[in-house]
Amino acid sequence: MIHTLEELEEIAEAKREKDSETKEELRVCIGSSCLSLGADQIEKDLKEEISCRGLKDKCKVKGVGCNGLCSAGVLVSHIDREKNSETMYGNLGTSDIKSVAEAYESGTILKEKLLDPHDPFFLNQEKIVLENAGYIDPNDIEDYIAHDGYFALFNAIIELSAEEVIAEVKKSGLRGRGGGGYPVGLKWETVAKVDSEQKYIVCNGDEGDPGAFMDRAIMEADPHRVIEGMALAGFACGANKGYVYVRAEYPIAVEKLNKAIKQAKRLGILGQNIAGSNFSFDLEVRLGGGAFVCGEATALVTSIEGNRGNPRQKPPHLSDYGLWGEPTILNNVESFANIAPIIRKGGAWYAGFGTEKSPGTKVFALSGHVKNTGLVEVPMGMSLRDIIYKVGGGVPEGKKLKVVQTGGPSGGCIPEHLLDIPVDYDSLKSVGSMMGSGGMIVTDDSQSIVEVARFFVEFCASESCGKCVPCRVGTTELTNILDKFVAKTATKEDLILLQDLCTVVKETSLCGLGQAAPNPVITTLKYFEDEYLEAIKND
Amino acid sequence: MSKVRVATIWLDGCSGCHMSFLDMDERLVEIAEKIDVVYSPYVDTKEFPGDVDLTIVEGALSTDHDITMIKKIRKNSKKIMALGDCAITGNVSAMKNLSGSEAVLQRGYFELADENKLGRVPSEVVPKLLDTVHPLHEIVPIDFYVPGCPTPADAIYKAITDILEGKEPDTKELTRFGK
Amino acid sequence: MIREKARVKTFKINGTDVTGKSNQTILEVANDHEIKIPTLCYMKGLSCVGACRMCLVEIKGSHKLIPACTGKIKEGMEVETETESLKKHRKFILSMIFAERNHVCSVCVSNGHCELQDMSVELDMKHSSVPYIYPKFEVDASHERFVYDPNRCIVCTRCVRVCNEVEGAHALDIIDRGINSKIIHDMDEPWALSESCTSCGKCVQVCPTGTLTEKGVSSAEMVKKKSLIIDLLEARENRDRK
Repeated sequence: MIHTLEELEEIAEAKREKDSETKEELRVCIGSSCLSLGADQIEKDLKEEISCRGLKDKCKVKGVGCNGLCSAGVLVSHIDREKNSETMYGNLGTSDIKSVAEAYESGTILKEKLLDPHDPFFLNQEKIVLENAGYIDPNDIEDYIAHDGYFALFNAIIELSAEEVIAEVKKSGLRGRGGGGYPVGLKWETVAKVDSEQKYIVCNGDEGDPGAFMDRAIMEADPHRVIEGMALAGFACGANKGYVYVRAEYPIAVEKLNKAIKQAKRLGILGQNIAGSNFSFDLEVRLGGGAFVCGEATALVTSIEGNRGNPRQKPPHLSDYGLWGEPTILNNVESFANIAPIIRKGGAWYAGFGTEKSPGTKVFALSGHVKNTGLVEVPMGMSLRDIIYKVGGGVPEGKKLKVVQTGGPSGGCIPEHLLDIPVDYDSLKSVGSMMGSGGMIVTDDSQSIVEVARFFVEFCASESCGKCVPCRVGTTELTNILDKFVAKTATKEDLILLQDLCTVVKETSLCGLGQAAPNPVITTLKYFEDEYLEAIKND
Repeated sequence: MSKVRVATIWLDGCSGCHMSFLDMDERLVEIAEKIDVVYSPYVDTKEFPGDVDLTIVEGALSTDHDITMIKKIRKNSKKIMALGDCAITGNVSAMKNLSGSEAVLQRGYFELADENKLGRVPSEVVPKLLDTVHPLHEIVPIDFYVPGCPTPADAIYKAITDILEGKEPDTKELTRFGK
Repeated sequence: MIREKARVKTFKINGTDVTGKSNQTILEVANDHEIKIPTLCYMKGLSCVGACRMCLVEIKGSHKLIPACTGKIKEGMEVETETESLKKHRKFILSMIFAERNHVCSVCVSNGHCELQDMSVELDMKHSSVPYIYPKFEVDASHERFVYDPNRCIVCTRCVRVCNEVEGAHALDIIDRGINSKIIHDMDEPWALSESCTSCGKCVQVCPTGTLTEKGVSSAEMVKKKSLIIDLLEARENRDRK
């Protein structure tokens, strides 16, 4: 059990010392994407190879979280602390492990698998949330502590008041990373001011958007960061209990979080009287049953309570009436993951990144027709074009980019000619899309725009909870009409009906998911009306 | 003053609305002074005429012939009134959509038939069933809707006189779905 | 939890000054002042879910429409209940309700006593703005006294709520989601086999359409006892007071 900053520092020191005993490291990415390519076997084989060659004392093989470049998985990095160098290999299979070990032993480089760590993919990123991803062992709390982990929490509890913590978060300008962009500090302040004996901190890890895997990577690569952010929220708002709601489709994230919570409890970082203070904070993981709608705040809370995860009409907002009717803070994984560095380095430091109205960085999951699919963290305000071409490497096979879908199924499709807009909350909104949680799906010009819109609308129809009429019936009607456009048998009347349906579903649905469901149709109608007109049959 | 040219037609319905039309009784005389019935089950005209002012359609669209007819009607009529629930919602006619044409033919021509000398479903002379029965407005634009099953004579009278006076028919007090 | 003390609040509905207690909803105050706001899923005595969207109203200064049944009143707020766009939305949404299942009034036992049918008259909805979907549901006539026909269900969940909140049995709930949402008994058992159903029949009386009906009655007789829930709740309250 640790009670003081000094004791925390001792753990960090001891861990650093232990690490420095081995001069070199071979880091194997064991994020979900690489795991699906056999990274667990590679980690095992590599350990064996190194130990067979008697290099165990010189080099440590370690599994680390996602470093972002998923399209080049499985990734292995060779770190030499003395030379301060990093050699990165990609596209590895189990059959390559012998050669990697041989190259390592002989001090040569496996040229055909070599990746350039100075590739624009890495150089144009700014890592705050993902600072530890790809470096630390997510299974080891000491590794997190050795990388400044839990110092923000201990420092806050020992040195700062709750108001000061909130002030720092407010100063950072951090806005909710789940999509809405509501200022995190303001949300915390509201709940902190409510006079209630029981309050809750809830973390939304129900990342359900197609093409979004930011939160999964954070939870898998650096689970303690989420825990620290939540505990800080608890301290700031006077809540002693938190829940991490993770979709059951993320078993590895769940495993890492549960392990991390256990480790934190063992060290007294979670539990009663943290850091010798009267602040107590307990944390539990709750699994989502696989419904997209459970990512909606009120539905999520209802689901934690053990009920069918249906949203309810707001107001009242969660800050008044949340989990079990008590004031509740709900932020998503990435929002909480930003908190520790903000407290550690100051809100002003954080506000130095990004734009004035959207400070900081944002993690995006690049997917679709883009060369470097994977996770990227860039400062807010970078243009869509830079994200896709500089970081993402552009559209493969020499094809042209047609649209970028941001904000998940409820976001909008942004056409090529608007790619120069800066990526921040307000700019994305102004072109009819939204930040969303950070999925970014690139589509090349071989795709029919009507089919793209249909895909997203059908997703919303199949994920509609069915509580309110406009979403329950409207999304199905939209899908049916879009079917006619895809089959090119639509009529002029269908086009009018399509627009009417979009308006009604958007304006009258009960929750945010229904209200945003027609967005892909609305934006594609706005930017690609000709493709819809082409699908109308001439009678 | 020339009379208003009115047509009435009975597509996939039970003829109840046309019966109801006749239930206007003595008011028929009054209406007859203002309209010419140029095509109808009530009169002996074989071809749907051109230049009709108002066509009153009973029944839903269930066959390829119904579709041809409604398109012809639209082309030749200034205004169309959908009369009764079948024309407006599909109603009983559209209950077929839950089971499909095959099931309906099987039931009608075999399971419930006292005798079926052909031993098969007739395919000549009778029009071909559509996979889905449609209310009128799903195929052509419709101007007036007068619901009811069957639409009561009072509502039909009110609708026709409103239209003759150049007003939007207001039958809210007199009829509704299922009445 | 915040619990406000009940105070009187003054605000406007359609330009008219009205007063209500601070814990009241817009709908309750409107009803008190005989201002009619259309409702389908709402039922006095049951919790409010805001699902049917019939009672959506506009609040001056807010771009979001809110259901009057869940919206709490605020001092000085200006509520509009009958704007052109609200009327248009309501009619369109009512169309959606008619289009999603098989509402064939002429063959329904509730013909003439159906709130959905009445709503079509109230909103002057004379044809559907959206294509019919024609799903197919099996009728459950296994119960000795009642029939359940999901083809006529509008998923208002009054039955689920009355069973849970008033009868305390929670024999009913919803299976599946979206367009496939369906009211079920227990774990989707035939009604007769439901172990938690007490056969009290409250669900039948609150059902706005011909979905839940009594067996062996004609459409002229199938009149729902709409005051049942309020009478029951008042009787309980009086008993508790004694």
